[in-house]
Amino acid sequence: MSDLLKVPTMEEFMAQGKQPEILFWVGSAGSFDDRAKKITRAFVKILNKANVDFAVLGTEESNTGDIAKRAGNEFLFQMQAVTNIEVLNAYDIKKIVTCDPHSFNCLKNEYPGLGGVYEVIHHTQYINELIASGRLKVEGDLYKGKKITFHDPCYLGRANNEYEAPRDVLKQTNAQLVEMKRHKRTALCCGAGGAQMFKEPEKGDKDVNVLRTEDALETRPDIIATGCPYCNTMMTDGVKAKEKEAEVKVLDIAELIANTLNL
Amino acid sequence: MQYLPNIIFAVALILGFGYFAKNVKKLIRNIKLGQDVDVSDNKSERFKNMARIALGQSKMVRRPVSGVLHVIVYVGFIIINIELLEIIIDGLFGTHRIFSSLGTAYGFLIGTFEVLALLVLISVTVFWVRRNIIKLKRFWKSEMKGWPKNDGNFILYFEMVLMSLFLIMNATDVHFQAMNSGNVISQYIAPLFSGLPETTLHIIERGAWWLHILGILVFLNYLYFSKHLHILLAFPNTYFGKLKPKGQFNNLEAVTKEVKLMMDPNVDPFAAPEEGAEDVEPAKFGASDVQDLNWVQLLSAYTCTECGRCTSACPANLTGKKLSPRKIMMDTRDRLEEVGKNIDANNGEFKDDGKQLLGDYITHEELWACTTCNACVEECPVSIDPLSIILEMRRYLVMEQSAAPTELNTMMTNIENNGAPWAYNQMDRLNWKDE
Repeated sequence: MSDLLKVPTMEEFMAQGKQPEILFWVGSAGSFDDRAKKITRAFVKILNKANVDFAVLGTEESNTGDIAKRAGNEFLFQMQAVTNIEVLNAYDIKKIVTCDPHSFNCLKNEYPGLGGVYEVIHHTQYINELIASGRLKVEGDLYKGKKITFHDPCYLGRANNEYEAPRDVLKQTNAQLVEMKRHKRTALCCGAGGAQMFKEPEKGDKDVNVLRTEDALETRPDIIATGCPYCNTMMTDGVKAKEKEAEVKVLDIAELIANTLNL
Repeated sequence: MQYLPNIIFAVALILGFGYFAKNVKKLIRNIKLGQDVDVSDNKSERFKNMARIALGQSKMVRRPVSGVLHVIVYVGFIIINIELLEIIIDGLFGTHRIFSSLGTAYGFLIGTFEVLALLVLISVTVFWVRRNIIKLKRFWKSEMKGWPKNDGNFILYFEMVLMSLFLIMNATDVHFQAMNSGNVISQYIAPLFSGLPETTLHIIERGAWWLHILGILVFLNYLYFSKHLHILLAFPNTYFGKLKPKGQFNNLEAVTKEVKLMMDPNVDPFAAPEEGAEDVEPAKFGASDVQDLNWVQLLSAYTCTECGRCTSACPANLTGKKLSPRKIMMDTRDRLEEVGKNIDANNGEFKDDGKQLLGDYITHEELWACTTCNACVEECPVSIDPLSIILEMRRYLVMEQSAAPTELNTMMTNIENNGAPWAYNQMDRLNWKDE
């Protein structure tokens, strides 16, 4: 099916003297992590379906530096930022969409101070826009009657106060949305933020992702929906740790929509 | 001799306010030890935040039980203090209930105070029960041993005693009871003292009156040494609190300069430093001690009332890790106090004591357990940002000491070399398209 994916690069747009509607920032996880790549592909299918004129940077994209910044390496962060900004500004990018709330937050809030000013939106917000403007019609009963609980990513929710867009999109699947005890601004972190994804946790009596998975399992869901590639990995591991992988799936909102549309 | 009580009262007042003023000066000096930070922007938004969060207690009531009880104590505290005005005039001029000539209005005022006093008494008792009988988890974390635990209870005892004295003073005031206006609560306490001769009643009333005002002065001076400082500092702290999205961390300007130099192809890397450049101390990246933090962060340390809402929402703490955002704030205050005392003892100069906030108070283990999820920031009812302090200390560890955990060093080397946190080739970045 991969041959059906249309993924033009900025370089190609440039060669034709055209400008895309939007730049899709794939991010490091979305480019390299096997699980996250599926989310990337699902989102591209949606973009293709809605006939969105988008482009990616491809091999010209580099890590935002977000993780380095949160690990305390401001120097590396700014090196990455300045390099990326040079590329983005050279292509005269105005609008960016990304599936990674960490890239979203970093590009939206931390790049402007270094000369990179763009309108940045999260893919759940963008899908919501596509639906609202009628460019994307979500019809299909694949998830009808299924119970879905949404895990708020910290960097979309608390960090940037976006709680509704992902829920609005989920409603389109006709599934039954159930909230965890801790949700929206009181949502518990999956445990990956602040560079924790790349190190062993400190000594404690439990892993954060297991605790968060317990929150989710309390709602007896069929599906745990995520909006972040790191959350997805953490919750998938949590479900495995709880030996529930046969009953409970962990899927990104982009995947849920792509599946509903049978893409 | 007739004026002896007036003189004693005036002296008590001067000593009480004088010592408090002295400590406030010290407080301001200590806060100013922090780095400068520009918070002069968006004045109207800042005022709104102060009005909503501090004055309006909007974040307190997110936890309804403690929130509502706190609002009662807070409103009671502010309103009952109107009574202080009368007490001060009476004390200085030897009058008795100077405002009672107001008649019904006076009765209404005192009546309101009495009802509030009772409500405060009840609320404070519930607070005490929550701390000491129910033993709410957040009040029993490891950082809440010794002084912090006692401090919390002392404040409650203070308030219980002050409210009781106010009611007893009214109950034993024969003239006031005879007015039968405004004694809505104290009329039920008065019978406890019935049968006592009027002179004894008068002695009890005077005793309660004096203990009440002296108690208030002692309580005022207790603030500087206590977490209870929040009753004053919550206002500036919510005013100066972060306005940007919670996820936005500041970009270090000192780093920006260096990065710009490195990226500028016109810079001669072998150029001799400019005249006088050797004397300029290179900027220190991040924070290892309180003086490296900015003054708003230090103000926050004094504002923290150790309620522990942050810690009770922290994913690291909930899973048994050492990190507690509350402890980060308590450590910052303790170290700042230590530095302040050092300065006092050394004629206004800080003498190196071989200690610092990092290591001696806050361990590496605590800092590396943070997921930067902002749950602590979201929870704080007075706009404290413990995460910003954690980040500054991580910056020091990584950029000044290269002391990141090994796995993070690998991750950072990967980003440096291939533009991704894993060891993948930059040229493979679009391969997902064809897989």
